[in-house]
Amino acid sequence: MPDAFTESFDIRAKDFSSAGEASAKIKSVLRLLGIDPSLIRRVAVAAYEAELNMVIHSSGGKMNLTITPDCIALLCSDTGPGIADINTAMREGFSTAPHDIRMMGFGAGMGLPNIKKNCDTFSIVSDSGGTVLDLRFLI
Amino acid sequence: MTIRQAAEALKATCVCGDNNLDKQLSSACGADLMSDVLAFVKEGSILLTGMVNQHVIRTAEMLDVLCVCFVRGKKPTEDIRDLALRTGVTLLVCDITLYEACGRLFKHGLPACKGM
Repeated sequence: MPDAFTESFDIRAKDFSSAGEASAKIKSVLRLLGIDPSLIRRVAVAAYEAELNMVIHSSGGKMNLTITPDCIALLCSDTGPGIADINTAMREGFSTAPHDIRMMGFGAGMGLPNIKKNCDTFSIVSDSGGTVLDLRFLI
Repeated sequence: MTIRQAAEALKATCVCGDNNLDKQLSSACGADLMSDVLAFVKEGSILLTGMVNQHVIRTAEMLDVLCVCFVRGKKPTEDIRDLALRTGVTLLVCDITLYEACGRLFKHGLPACKGM
């Protein structure tokens, strides 16, 4: 893909203080490229929710941003432990977040449904080796 | 309603971003649950909250929320103010409760966020 811009971000597990930095960088890249602000917001919200999920629930991973003339793709892959039941995890209000995360205003079980709401195509695959979220946003 | 007018209605003090006080607000939201804010809040709004941590600012940044007002006399720490300054989010603090703060802005005609 010669016209593609790509950037990769490492996401560290349990590092709640830096959670959101990758999403903020993604947002600033999209701004520099002159992407429509309402599309930037949708990508930023989905990225932030996905990043928080990786920080809170996984043992770390990567977020890969790929931008082509007609699509923004965000591939979020972590190294486990995976989601036991994806259908249940997709239900609004279902959460396995620990108490300290809830005390910070998160873990209400809105993350995955909100990610799906904000992107144009949403795919999730998960097993004990990790979870892969493939999010696409049409430009 | 501008941020300045909202601050007057709330008897709030601006602790960061006073160069943005004449920006126009589109709507308001009162919430401590950032998960809900991420799901329902619109750009150009003011977020009233009793939750004080960096992720309130990150949440506002992602959504293009113009202003965050901490209620009940809660004060943002220096790292929170620094992040707000870097991300262009105006910070207010007021002494009244979340309920009363929401009521005052609603009474002044600022509508609620309607979600997506």
